[in-house]
Amino acid sequence: MAPAMKRPLIGLLVAGVLLASLPWLRLPAFYESLLYLVLHWVALASSWNLLSGYSGYFSFGHGAFFGIGMYTTAALASKLDVPFMWTLPAAAAMAALVGALIGMAAFRVHSVRAELFSLLTLATTIVVATIILNTPIDGGPGVYLNAVPVPALGPTPPSTFYLLALGAALLSLLAACGIYHARLGTGLLAIHDDEDVAEVLGVPTYRYKLGTFALSCALAGLVGGIHALFLSYVTAGDTFGITMPLTVVLMCVLGGSRHWAGPVVGATAITLLLYAFTGGETAVIGKGLTGLVLVVVILFMPEGIVGQLLKAWSRRRGAKVSERPVPVTSAPSAAAAPLADKNSVQAGSVLMRARGVKKNFRGVQALAGVDLELRRGEILGLLGPNGSGKSTFINVVSGHYAVSGGEIDFEGLIISGLPAHRVARSGIARTYQIPRPFAHLTVLQNVALPAMFGAAALDRAAAEQAAWQWLDFTGLTDRAHALPADLNLHQRKFLEFARALAARPQVLMLDEVLSGLTPSEIDDAVALIRRIRDQGATIIFVEHVMRAVMALCDRIVVFEQGRVLAEGAPQEVMQRPEVVAAYLGRQQEADAATHEPPVPFGQQGAVHA
Amino acid sequence: MTMPSATLLAQSVLSGLFAGALYGLLGLGLSLSWGMLRQINLAHFALAFLGAYLTYQLSTTMAVDPLLTLILIVPLFFALGIGLHALLMRFKVGPFNSMLVTFGIAVMVEALLQWVWTADYRRLESHYAETKWRVGSLYLPAPELMTFVLGVGIAVAAWLVLQRTDIGKAIRASAEDAPIAAAFGVNQRAMGLLLSGFNAALAGVAGLCIALSYTLAPSQIYAWIGVVFACVMLGGLGRPLGPLIAGCIIGISEALTMAVASPSWAPLVSFALLMAVLLLRPGRV
Repeated sequence: MAPAMKRPLIGLLVAGVLLASLPWLRLPAFYESLLYLVLHWVALASSWNLLSGYSGYFSFGHGAFFGIGMYTTAALASKLDVPFMWTLPAAAAMAALVGALIGMAAFRVHSVRAELFSLLTLATTIVVATIILNTPIDGGPGVYLNAVPVPALGPTPPSTFYLLALGAALLSLLAACGIYHARLGTGLLAIHDDEDVAEVLGVPTYRYKLGTFALSCALAGLVGGIHALFLSYVTAGDTFGITMPLTVVLMCVLGGSRHWAGPVVGATAITLLLYAFTGGETAVIGKGLTGLVLVVVILFMPEGIVGQLLKAWSRRRGAKVSERPVPVTSAPSAAAAPLADKNSVQAGSVLMRARGVKKNFRGVQALAGVDLELRRGEILGLLGPNGSGKSTFINVVSGHYAVSGGEIDFEGLIISGLPAHRVARSGIARTYQIPRPFAHLTVLQNVALPAMFGAAALDRAAAEQAAWQWLDFTGLTDRAHALPADLNLHQRKFLEFARALAARPQVLMLDEVLSGLTPSEIDDAVALIRRIRDQGATIIFVEHVMRAVMALCDRIVVFEQGRVLAEGAPQEVMQRPEVVAAYLGRQQEADAATHEPPVPFGQQGAVHA
Repeated sequence: MTMPSATLLAQSVLSGLFAGALYGLLGLGLSLSWGMLRQINLAHFALAFLGAYLTYQLSTTMAVDPLLTLILIVPLFFALGIGLHALLMRFKVGPFNSMLVTFGIAVMVEALLQWVWTADYRRLESHYAETKWRVGSLYLPAPELMTFVLGVGIAVAAWLVLQRTDIGKAIRASAEDAPIAAAFGVNQRAMGLLLSGFNAALAGVAGLCIALSYTLAPSQIYAWIGVVFACVMLGGLGRPLGPLIAGCIIGISEALTMAVASPSWAPLVSFALLMAVLLLRPGRV
């Protein structure tokens, strides 16, 4: 376990043990019931935050899973006489099951993103409430638990509830803190910023979302089970309102939803606020204040209290320690080098082969049967007019689009049809033409992520170590703690490089990395690509800047209208009449227009250079 | 389960249609602000109830005809809508945060309603409530009929304005691609303020309809969110006729469920429909 994770976990356990001894201090019962409420909301808010805060999939269905837990306990304890403590695991399991079913449906649909997920989970609440109301689970009048004995965990019944809530809160916080410091947390935070890119870099997005959602629902179910006995009377009307999920959202947003401690701060503050205004006339004031707090926090402090504090703290620390933690050599060490060195002996053999690859978008055929092979250690240029299918080909190889026909073989593994994160793990990485960094992660974290999830699959500490080396390699060391928004275009393009390289791919696909750069920046980038190749990576290079293509590529493939038009050595291919025609139109049309023979591309590029 | 008579079924369809018109009227403002302004406006429901309570107050204490209260409510709400949009623009609030901010506003309005009118149920007694017409074996109550006429009329008018007029085209162009529309001289800020004002005024009109046919309580604000959002999603964002049509479909299916099964099963219909569309035809929304 990493030390960064150990400290807060130990802190939580110590705090838990201390708080657990409280009932034996014989405090007035008033404190125990107030603390019960605080812990109850801490548990609910922290459990909600697991999926919704980290990944941005805001669920408005937390009330549904809480309610499922309540009714599971109520039904088992009051109707089937199951001992209360045994109903709690059942409550958690039932909520997790329903959550997993909803998640399996929702997360499979590509277009169900944050807002749609919110409404879908809101709808779930109402469906669950309707079913419970209309079946013998409730049937209308509500369920009484007066006859259910309260287990004697503490010296008094209120202290028992306090201990139960403490247990639930502790479980939720351990989950929140553990996930935050683990790979899962990094993956969820990346999903929040750009889910497609996270998947292409190797994050198993579907599995992560589904698993986290089920855990989040299970914890809500557990809290519901405890609360059922606490209230001792359960009704559908009170359980399945919109206010409970929205209060939870408010708590997490107030505290800061991108850190595990955020919900604790938010839940404590809001519970105390509401508690101060209970009873009679003042309850209305409390309610109005909660609304006001929500508005003010989102407008002035969108990152929440904890988020704001962390930002201020890291800014102070960043000013003091701008140097990287460990000195590194200027060249990446063997640990961080691309995986290809061992393959140098077999240079020239086929590494990846596409056979009859097709891709249709409804009526449009973007790829109409592409056959090409990529040889170990080469730089293969993909050329062609706009819309000829180059970028689609990259998207298909990376697994972002599923093929409509044909197959792609990568070292004996058929990667067409695999989800993008498995393709990434098999050793393929790409850059984006328009850089797509994770906006809320620092440059260093952006580069460390693919090192954790890509072919390299390092743990966090090793990944950060490797990330420093790749930042050094691309000249971004000074910007390591900056956010991507603070970088210029040139630096963002190099961040794309660093991120793709950190995965230690065998095949690196560069999608128009030079577009928008100035001539001298292009020279830097060309030199960088040469260095990458010298490390042994195989490169697919999509580019319009001919001088760079001519300088770098060993072979080129020209696409036209989703097919391979020509393939061979750069100089030779660019002078073929059909290639010239694809770029400039047919010979006679070009002649008629200009009265000059078209300049072959290689030469034209040379002239510009 | 016994099969109800033809008259009962026809009356159910009719009442479903009336309920659907109100869903559509409430949904129109939401759909336009989500589709055109990228704001998910939960405060819309709170505004509608504020309008309903104002109608109630004016017609019970000052004996103003409920319909005439619109003369005051429409301009007042138009101004509120402009204020809301100005606030959201000032802080560059994104779609998701707009939902949270407007929820905060909704809670504040709820607290205000509870402060002024208490949490007790209120019912507007007006001469409209007693008026109903008989067509064959069917009853047409006046408040519902008014809601229906207002709902259909406003949706068709909004559709015409968006399709035919220059302002409508400018608003649609801004929604499609704001920077390009701005480059062609569309004053996006003015369009946004105008549309937001219009949406809030719609909430005021919907409030009148709620006051005429339903019992009022501050907590009722949230009761409408689910079903109206279902209409908005099913109808397609930013399409003025969408919520009305989807509202009528949902209203009728709810009413038939109430007649054939039991009233408490009704919510299941709309949400099952919404989930099915979301999952089976995700491109639709």
